[in-house]
Amino acid sequence: MWLYALRRIILTIPILFGVTVICFALVQIAPGDPIQNLLSPTASQADAERLRAAYGLDKPLPVQYVIWLGKVLVGDMGMSIANNTPVTGEVLRAFGNTIVIAMIAVVIAFILSTIFGVAAAYRSGGLVDKAITAVAVFGISVPTFWLGVILVILFAVNLSWLPATGMGSGGSKGFDYLSWNDFKFAVMPIIALALPPLGIMTRTTRSSLSEILNQDFVQTLRAKGLTEFEVMVHAVRNIMPAAVAMLGLQLGYLIGGSVLVETVFTWPGTGYLLNKAILTRDIPLLQGTILVLATAFVLINLVVDLAQSLIDPRIKRS
Amino acid sequence: MNSSRMRGVLKLAAIAMFGLGLGGHASAESVLRVAMTAADIPDYTGAPDQGYEGYRFAGYTLYDALALWDLSNSDKAADIVPGLATSWEIDPQNNKRWIFNLRQGVTYHDGCPWNADSAIWNFKRVMDPTAPQFNARHVGQMGTYVVNIASVDKLDDYKIAINTKAPSSLFPYEMAMYYMISDCAVTAAGNDYNVYMKKPSGTGPYKFDTVVPHERLELVKNDKYWNPARIPKHDRLVLLPMPEASTRAAALLSGQVDFVEAPSPDTIPRLKDAGMQIITVPYPHNWDYMLRVDTPPFNDIRVRQAANYAMNRQDMVDMLQGVAVAADQTLIESQPWYGKPVKYEYDPDKAAALLKEANCSPCKIKVGISTSGSGQMQPLPMNELVKEQLEAVGFQVQLEPMDWNALIGVFLSGAAKSDFDAINFSMAPIDPVQGILKKWMTEYQPPACCNWGFYSNPKLDALGKQALGEFDPAKRNALLTEMNEMAVADAAELYIVHDLNPRALSPKLSGFVQAQSWFQDLTPIVVTP
Repeated sequence: MWLYALRRIILTIPILFGVTVICFALVQIAPGDPIQNLLSPTASQADAERLRAAYGLDKPLPVQYVIWLGKVLVGDMGMSIANNTPVTGEVLRAFGNTIVIAMIAVVIAFILSTIFGVAAAYRSGGLVDKAITAVAVFGISVPTFWLGVILVILFAVNLSWLPATGMGSGGSKGFDYLSWNDFKFAVMPIIALALPPLGIMTRTTRSSLSEILNQDFVQTLRAKGLTEFEVMVHAVRNIMPAAVAMLGLQLGYLIGGSVLVETVFTWPGTGYLLNKAILTRDIPLLQGTILVLATAFVLINLVVDLAQSLIDPRIKRS
Repeated sequence: MNSSRMRGVLKLAAIAMFGLGLGGHASAESVLRVAMTAADIPDYTGAPDQGYEGYRFAGYTLYDALALWDLSNSDKAADIVPGLATSWEIDPQNNKRWIFNLRQGVTYHDGCPWNADSAIWNFKRVMDPTAPQFNARHVGQMGTYVVNIASVDKLDDYKIAINTKAPSSLFPYEMAMYYMISDCAVTAAGNDYNVYMKKPSGTGPYKFDTVVPHERLELVKNDKYWNPARIPKHDRLVLLPMPEASTRAAALLSGQVDFVEAPSPDTIPRLKDAGMQIITVPYPHNWDYMLRVDTPPFNDIRVRQAANYAMNRQDMVDMLQGVAVAADQTLIESQPWYGKPVKYEYDPDKAAALLKEANCSPCKIKVGISTSGSGQMQPLPMNELVKEQLEAVGFQVQLEPMDWNALIGVFLSGAAKSDFDAINFSMAPIDPVQGILKKWMTEYQPPACCNWGFYSNPKLDALGKQALGEFDPAKRNALLTEMNEMAVADAAELYIVHDLNPRALSPKLSGFVQAQSWFQDLTPIVVTP
């Protein structure tokens, strides 16, 4: 087990290095210039060149990359061009805001999808199955930004139950997830984030479980006189490795893919930060955010791999 | 009910009152919460970024300039009035030397005195790379306003002389954009602007209170402001970046904010139904196509005129549900330099005939447009309509959309560095420097500045030189008006609409006067609980 874990951890190093190269290159290929946002509309080219030199953007790209990578290795992701603040602090603060709602969303989605998936598989072809499948298809198909706007219109504008936007009445500083007055700001973003993974995981659970329930050993269990509940417990244990893999994958997607939801709700997480960094071509902030998100994705996958090998020893052996 | 139970009920009621925030003095604070269109909090250290919205909310709130914009009425285009200088005049002996008399008795928010030393320190902040307070970021925003300054001399504690490189009768307009920040605060911060931004200090009507990065900037009333008429009528101003128009409308409807910038036209009926005040007023904003006039097809005046005659501007106004007005030219009618320009009324037959005469059929043009951006209104549907109208008379339009940052790049590098025949790039012709001189004079062609399409007219250049050397305002205005009329007669750009800058205000706000300006004065706003 330890050797397996060590091998997986070592394998993440070249992956992360590759991530740094790709994210640096992609950001540079995109058209636009961060300096333009710092210039007045009547500024001259000379002003632009002076500022470009001040930020080291006049150096050749490989030199810029090496300087950036050297700093990243000691935990310094540089300074945001738009805000002139350290990127590391900005990204970590935003990451903290995203990870909490993403985890709550994925846990809710996991619990509900397990319940829905099991019920649908058990009543395969019946009314319950069809109703659950309809919910799952809705979750997979509906665009999250549209859902976000609809939730705002319904719960904030028409019913006035929940706030429309932001993170707490005083901003994220001092936000308390245990206080309803603060937490109510997170409710709609969590719902909007939870729905797509709920749909995907419900479909996966249903199909995996249906397959398991048709296998011979289930007949054997029934022949042995086990109750339906006991049979389901056996069957559900068999789909757990796949479910955990899906859970990790969805959490990774939510952390990296919450740009639209966070923008609609003005939730100051990594998605919102990424959107801002793209719009202002804030290259250091963009690189830092992508790197942290990619690292989180890789680490979540690592944890999932290790968890899977604990649940199912066959994976380790393979 | 016995007395002990009665006491218990009263105690509970008292706790509930305090719990609801009704019993403390905190509820007495009146707060104005503004949803900006900006994607982030603009720089608040004295060189705002994010376009003129940055100047509006993080500039003129915290800081003052030598001259200020008069934003007190909505009947005429805003002009400049004395600010941190009480008066200015050109040296009678030297038309390259402006004398500014500084306002006495003004202090920055940190108590630092405003005087000639502070003014000179502030100019060095952008002009002298060897000065400890030199700030390269501030140069990007402010450098353009001091580009014509040769030197600044202290005449006495409250009088300075600014020597310009060339005669510049319009120089005070440049000084209305140049903010003065506390030299004491920057010095105390060890000339580190990252430390300074934790407690920035200006002389403006609001003082910095707190900031949550990317989320909110909170300012409080400066009750010692030097102009008592502009001491804010509310205690706190909360500025929230909210780039999504639907989010801003929802935040206003759900009571999370009180004042919303630029609601999208389709949300306006809903906001009106909910009792919100929708305020619109013309201001110097120009939604146009800048044309590249040194190469075909727009080097032919007939093609430029054809494009202008092809525009059914009323269609555009109707599509925008009345939040714009048809544009005859770059400037709006209430600006003093509007004049009596040629008008290009909608005439598709004439447009088609002009194109035929110019032998440009189909007249292929490539236009750079943005998908969004400061002042760009609703660029995608608006450009589709322009394309439809141009193609109806014989143009063949290829729209090339890009994001705002990329289009800024195309604009800054000038037409010669791209393959566009035109760009849809809205500008702010707030004064004759930006609206006439830098737009049309040959010397402002890229890379010097912003005459993007390489327009050049020796007669207009001569008038410009004459205007810069003319210190009699009436005579100067006549020259500037002539220049403007000349550019319009040349159909130097494709005039489409001027934005009316809609804003939506909660019914609990009163006292706001929307000036005909990119900048607005929030200080008169009263917030009724």
